[in-house]
Amino acid sequence: MMGRIHSIQSLGALDGPGIRFTVFLQGCDLRCKCCHNPDTWNMNEGTEISAEEIVKKAVRYKEYFGEKGGITLSGGEPLLQPEFVKEIFTLAKAEGINTCLDTSGAPLTQKVRDALSVTDRVLLDIKYTNDEQYLENVGCRMDRPLDFLYYLNENGIPVTLRQVIIPTLNDTEENIALLSEISHNYACVDGTELLPFKKICQVKYDNLGIEFPLAHLPEPTKQQMQLLETQLMNN
Amino acid sequence: MEHKNWNGFKNGVWQDEINVRDFIQQNYTEYKGDASFLEGATPRTEALMKKIQALFALERQFGGVLDIDTATVSSLTAYSPGYIDKENELIVGMQTNRPLKRGVNPFGGMRMVRQACEAYGYKLSKKVEEEFRFRTTHNDGVFRAYTDEMRKARKCHVITGLPDAYGRGRIIGDYRRVALYGVDRLIEEKKKDKKTLETMAFDTVNIRIDEELYQQIAFLGYLKEMAAMYGFDISEPAKDAKEAIQWTYFAYLGAIKEQNGAAMSLGRVATFFDIYIERDIKNGVLIEEDAQELLDDFVMKLRIARHLRTPEYNELFGGDPMWITEAVGGMGEDGRTLVTKSSFRILNTLYTLGPSPEPNLTVLWSKALPDGFKRFCAKVSADTDSIQYENDDVMRPIYGDDYAIACCVSAMKIGKQMQFFGARCNLAKLLLIAINGGYDTTSGMHIGPQMPVMKGDKLDYDEVMKRFDVYIEWLSRLYVNTMNIIHYMHDKYAYEKIQMALHDTDVERFMAFGIAGLSVVADSLSAIKYANVKPVVDSNGYISSFETTGEFPKYGNDDDRVDLIAKDMTHKVITELRKTKTYRGAIHTLSVLTITSNVMYGKNTGATPDGRKASAPFAPGANPMHNREENGALASLNSVAKISYDDCRDGISNTFTITPQALGRNEDEIVTNLVGILDGYFAKKAHHININVLNRETLVKAYEDPELYPNLTIRVSGYAVNFNKLSREQQREVISRTFHHSV
Repeated sequence: MMGRIHSIQSLGALDGPGIRFTVFLQGCDLRCKCCHNPDTWNMNEGTEISAEEIVKKAVRYKEYFGEKGGITLSGGEPLLQPEFVKEIFTLAKAEGINTCLDTSGAPLTQKVRDALSVTDRVLLDIKYTNDEQYLENVGCRMDRPLDFLYYLNENGIPVTLRQVIIPTLNDTEENIALLSEISHNYACVDGTELLPFKKICQVKYDNLGIEFPLAHLPEPTKQQMQLLETQLMNN
Repeated sequence: MEHKNWNGFKNGVWQDEINVRDFIQQNYTEYKGDASFLEGATPRTEALMKKIQALFALERQFGGVLDIDTATVSSLTAYSPGYIDKENELIVGMQTNRPLKRGVNPFGGMRMVRQACEAYGYKLSKKVEEEFRFRTTHNDGVFRAYTDEMRKARKCHVITGLPDAYGRGRIIGDYRRVALYGVDRLIEEKKKDKKTLETMAFDTVNIRIDEELYQQIAFLGYLKEMAAMYGFDISEPAKDAKEAIQWTYFAYLGAIKEQNGAAMSLGRVATFFDIYIERDIKNGVLIEEDAQELLDDFVMKLRIARHLRTPEYNELFGGDPMWITEAVGGMGEDGRTLVTKSSFRILNTLYTLGPSPEPNLTVLWSKALPDGFKRFCAKVSADTDSIQYENDDVMRPIYGDDYAIACCVSAMKIGKQMQFFGARCNLAKLLLIAINGGYDTTSGMHIGPQMPVMKGDKLDYDEVMKRFDVYIEWLSRLYVNTMNIIHYMHDKYAYEKIQMALHDTDVERFMAFGIAGLSVVADSLSAIKYANVKPVVDSNGYISSFETTGEFPKYGNDDDRVDLIAKDMTHKVITELRKTKTYRGAIHTLSVLTITSNVMYGKNTGATPDGRKASAPFAPGANPMHNREENGALASLNSVAKISYDDCRDGISNTFTITPQALGRNEDEIVTNLVGILDGYFAKKAHHININVLNRETLVKAYEDPELYPNLTIRVSGYAVNFNKLSREQQREVISRTFHHSV
């Protein structure tokens, strides 16, 4: 079956365990202010490609995967194309390739549930830890990722939580404490990663002729990140 | 045969014949642990290294050459002994009488020596000029025999970098033999070989061998004299680790005093040394700290080795390299790893003495290497950007388990095989010459078969290929014949007496050809095949540029449509080369390697159908063109891995630069992922990779303010350089290369 992708990164070292063959799917229904891939939003852009073709490509990198690596589908929001995800992961698993889904969480339709049935791990973005900020900066309620996480937990799918740390928005002890709480409440969560907010995506916004809503905010310093990471570990 | 200095070693055939491999196999101790046993630099090492650093700084201030002895022709016993700090050196021996002072070696050619002296404000002495007035150099000999066509090919740069004016290099003496057997035994064996000749017909082949043996024996004698000047008698086998390292170093020193070959590689000494170190430790006369000190001192000596070169030479081989290549690790044929503690120790010198391009540390990578060693190598790469990797699993079945690497990527059995170095031809330029029917637009010269300029609004792939074949055939024949002359003359006028004395008499020879511009040719042919390439004709009626419209697959994206063009091209070239007979029955080999000459090759090549502008640099070695990789690092590696080692037995060089951020979030992830990349790449049967883990910004800063990073070392193309020693143009090219980064 066919789907739409933005691009392929043959070496993903940050998109799940080990070395990952990472495919960025096209299209996203959220409009996170901190988004660093605005060029993946529009569902009608990107390249059309078949699931078979993607897995055929991924197989060429099996030698690099080792014990932990495999394929990661990212985006955009990959679960906007749940059948495509399901097809890719089913074919990948048949080749003995580990599957990983990088998502912000999606409404749990049957198609989404089917896709998750062939997912070995989920990297789940928890962008903020309160409803107001979700509504203000993401465009959905916080229930969306939380319901999703609840489902993953029920189904025993291992999860890595991820959060982009944005100075003045969520670089607080309070936020980290809440994030830890979430990770402790769900047994399926076996790791939490904090990612520094980056502004190199400014160019992409400029090229698209749209405003980068967080252009005025600074990137967090290394020390700031270390401090929050220490707090996260101690919680 | 027995010797008291061999006490404690296991017996084997190595005692009765010259067979270092057997000695290693019988006696070495494999090490499968991690790096935690290693010791740091001692205060002595640090103090000595500080002195060397000060000399390096002085050398930089003097414009790259500290001093030249213009009055003495370099040879084994030509200079009085030199030291850095006599009382504190553990291993001694200098090329001349003072560190970093360069000798002159006119046997390869006078012109180059004169020019090199003048370039640094010196003048070759009357004495040396007189001594060589009636002497034929290698260079003289070559130019007596060169045909008009050979001169033209050289002049228009379709074949460049030929070793016709300096020592050819790429020969590795088995320097370990001196330590294991002592020089007297080696002389005795060579005398036996000479005696054996008496029973054979004295034809050209045997007379030549007979004279060579005479020279080898004489020079083994000079080697003993040289060591005696430093107070050592090396006629007997080394009795302990310190002597083993010292004897081996003397042998290497003798070679670089006698020869100014382009690449003067070391071989594979670490595991050999380890046997002596282990014996000393067992005997209670050495501890870990001492072992590291010995290797540190040895490596310091290698780091101050120098040859005198011209600025033009530096344009081809930037960074003042010696290619003192040491092969580290690898697996044995019996399945044991050849990694020993000393494999770690020699890599550890990059910490005890700091990062450095020399010696050119080359890890022979195998899937089966112990994990502790793999991880240590990856860590050293990430920290120092000073090592390269070559595929032991691909080479071991061909060369056995006692081979080494000459220069960058040239494998050979130590003491049993040697090569005739042959630089490279410019394949991209040849394509343009073919399209123009035997006219080179850059030099304005007619060369090769003459035919009409290709006509039409769109280049046709089949027609271009048909024509390209004709020119490849023509150039291959010319290239082999040119090499035959060069190496005939080198043997005649600049024979490597000490290095060949450290080979078996019955040696196997390779003739190593090379190509530059492979990725430019592959992408250009892909453009012609898949896009629309319109030739643009200049006022003289020649095609001087191209208008390329439409999409075409580019090498470096794991796309077979173009990658197989590159692969087929190497197959075609080696097949054509094999059709012309070589001097001394050498086996034809081919490399895809450019050193830093990719800049110079590009400069001499017009615009190409792939969209590369006239004079723009090529990618180095077998690398995809800069920034044409659209699918990330592994896709790029997969493309290069498709070039077959069977077609390119002289090596396929790939230089890979990645930012630390793209490899992982912390050292553990970076190391694990780097090991994964190396395992994967070599499982794909790739041959070679240089690894740099760094950010472009670091290089930009070093470019703008060289004083900030005096020791910044980076891998370029089969070797590493001190970034500051590259020309500005070479630096810019390195900065413009692809840095694989996270998205």
